[in-house]
Amino acid sequence: MEDEARAGEQGRADEVRVAINDDADLVTARAEARAMAQRLGFPRPDPTLIATAISEVARNIVVHVGRGEIVLKPFEDADRYGLEVIAIDKGPGIRDVEAALRVDYSGRGGLGLGLPGARRLMDEFEIASDADTGTTVKMKKWRFRDELARLREERRRRA
Amino acid sequence: MSVAILRQGDYLIASIQSDLSDSEVIELRHQLTELVGRHRSRGIVIDVAALEVIDSFVTRALRSIVLTARLRGAETVIVGIHPDVAIAMVQFRLNLEPLRVALDLDAATALLDRLTQGDARDGR
Repeated sequence: MEDEARAGEQGRADEVRVAINDDADLVTARAEARAMAQRLGFPRPDPTLIATAISEVARNIVVHVGRGEIVLKPFEDADRYGLEVIAIDKGPGIRDVEAALRVDYSGRGGLGLGLPGARRLMDEFEIASDADTGTTVKMKKWRFRDELARLREERRRRA
Repeated sequence: MSVAILRQGDYLIASIQSDLSDSEVIELRHQLTELVGRHRSRGIVIDVAALEVIDSFVTRALRSIVLTARLRGAETVIVGIHPDVAIAMVQFRLNLEPLRVALDLDAATALLDRLTQGDARDGR
């Protein structure tokens, strides 16, 4: 029980939260994300890809809602490590999420490049949005700890 | 503002010194448009090596600088795109037209020399 509580605390200590209230906060969010990605061992160009995706979702918050938060969370399992990015706002929601992920969408005054671009830079990408709770974008970038070991293991399993 | 703008003959050299916020990018566009008129510059070089991210907003702003400067009689060349940033821009599928890029300052001024000579000939 005590161990569990401590693990929980550690989990919180690892994550970084950046309040997004104006465009200067995008600079902070990008720098924090890049620093965390490097600390976690992501090879180039991943820290830049992650920072670029974050820049887009954070700008969406500033432009369309005005305030929100970016949470950066390291995660790992047996053979992978990764970084999860959660962008949260309590705004009016995106009316048509499918459309927002199409390149030509400009439903809220944007030029419709941001979200589809961010999605292409990350490995996993999901949006939950409605008028009551606002919008949450969750995206992940991950790497196998040992790419070579993974390929060997896959090959052995297939043989 | 963290951009140093120098005059070098007919050209303006804008060196971005650190990552920029969106408002600073917009401010840079105002400054360059203004300075092109004041100094009757024929060309602009923008060194973006310090930018950690070139996303959809920055790309749009750079395109806007290029087009605005052209209406003021100057051509623009971007230099110093970091390799990781270049990869991100391609994976993002950002539309780079009508941006002209060069690897470094020398290549950029050589390109501007060619571009502005062409303009002079067209003008005759």
